[in-house]
Amino acid sequence: MPADFEVQEVDDLATLESGLDALETTGVQEKRFTPKRVALKVAPAIFAIAVVLGIWQLLFALKIKPDYVIPSPQMVWNSFTAQWKLGMVWPAVQNSITRGFIGFALSVAIATPLGILISQVKFARLTLRPVLSGLQQLPSVAWVPAAIIWFGLSPSTIYCVVILGATPSIANGLAAGIDQIPPLYLRAAKVLGISGFSAVRQVVLPAAFPGYLNGLEQGWAFAWRSLMAAELIAVSPELGAGLGQLLEVGRTLGDMSLIVMSIFLILITGICVERLFFAPLRRRVLRARGLLVE
Amino acid sequence: MITTDQSVSLDINGISKRFPGGASIVLDNVSLSIAQGEFVCLLGASGCGKTTLLNLIAGLDVPSSGTITSNGRTSLIFQEPALFPWLTAGKNIELALKASGVERSKRKEKAQELLHLVHLDRSYDQRPHELSGGMKQRVAIARALAQESKILLLDEPFAALDAITRDFLHEEISRVWKERGLSIVFVTHNVREAVRLGQRVLLLSSRPGRVIREWNIDLAHPRNIDDPHVAVLASEITAELRQEIRRHAR
Repeated sequence: MPADFEVQEVDDLATLESGLDALETTGVQEKRFTPKRVALKVAPAIFAIAVVLGIWQLLFALKIKPDYVIPSPQMVWNSFTAQWKLGMVWPAVQNSITRGFIGFALSVAIATPLGILISQVKFARLTLRPVLSGLQQLPSVAWVPAAIIWFGLSPSTIYCVVILGATPSIANGLAAGIDQIPPLYLRAAKVLGISGFSAVRQVVLPAAFPGYLNGLEQGWAFAWRSLMAAELIAVSPELGAGLGQLLEVGRTLGDMSLIVMSIFLILITGICVERLFFAPLRRRVLRARGLLVE
Repeated sequence: MITTDQSVSLDINGISKRFPGGASIVLDNVSLSIAQGEFVCLLGASGCGKTTLLNLIAGLDVPSSGTITSNGRTSLIFQEPALFPWLTAGKNIELALKASGVERSKRKEKAQELLHLVHLDRSYDQRPHELSGGMKQRVAIARALAQESKILLLDEPFAALDAITRDFLHEEISRVWKERGLSIVFVTHNVREAVRLGQRVLLLSSRPGRVIREWNIDLAHPRNIDDPHVAVLASEITAELRQEIRRHAR
């Protein structure tokens, strides 16, 4: 067969394949943020908030209970502006978020090797997994009295409770993510000659990442709840202000507006962390793998 | 084990495989020798131990008895492309290059060369989910070639693809085989595919798997799926395959 015929043949296959590839792949259109799309996403949330505020205002107007039991939205707002001017609100939010993040970061640092261990070592799986599942069921507020006796009214008490609350979810999430890796990926890694520690780092962990992310999200929710429980009970001047402590101040003063305001702050802070940190991260990971349903 | 005879690429000598607990033998005394640069197709119905045999050659499993000696590294390609979805096509290939000890500075260029070889020059930055089934399998071929293996093992690699794509990939694999001077063991249950691609077609029996017949196919490459010679030989082999399947009727 003459050489130029061979070349012709190859070129032809390249063109054919290029044509078929173009037919079989449709360019993914990136959705852009247009004012209309933003409005369509935000409008339902605003509507829901308006409905809640409306019902609340109605309950207040009906005077079923005195205003120190059910304050009006206006009273709560006034309480917020007054506390803000006194410099009570921002430091409390800042303190709680900082503690939340430090506690969460410590939990991640403990839970990640633990998750790898229980998924890779049979003995660890048999012994530690039931313990972690049990701990996941235990409300972490139960640890507060013990932690106070162990560490006194110190930041260690708060971190202890947060870590005990968040670690089991993160470790279990990672272990579940590893268990759900399609065996094909592990076979492919073996065929490519990737084994041992580099297989964990280059294949097992990236493959388990969606499950790990679920664990992290749940772990954050547990960390935030545990933090509030700890702050609510562990109140002392050297611990300084946190959102939980603000709540406790409201209770001792019998100031219902302050209590409701604190609840809102805790709620909004939690939502903000989810929306600004976890939601974009999850979207990015899922989109990169083509797992996002839009 | 590495053989000293340079003309032989792969030497399988009296391999048997019995799984622990399983009463039946999956592979029974299979022997075959594959020459350097030879394209061999293994054909058989379900239960002939095709996949087991490839796993043994690839070193994913050990035989109960017998020896396998090979001259150079082997790469295995599955029916599913098995690309890692968290990496782009280019990075999937670079991971294989890294595992084969290619230094960092050369990886990107080599990955692009390999993508060029399978006509996917523009897919370096594409994610597996953005590729069609055929494109993914071509990336998988490029990734297997990244290991600088001399022996390519393919386990029904095109079975999940549509007819048009499969036809193109037949051309692709025979071109890559020639260009790279590879030895190929291609497992399939598609008789036409075996005849179109193989220089030698081996028919395996089922339960247990044994080599029961072999055909040398002297037609020049690249072959056409509609070539009358291919069709004639394919119907002869199909008759034999049916005979083997009929034997299992109760």
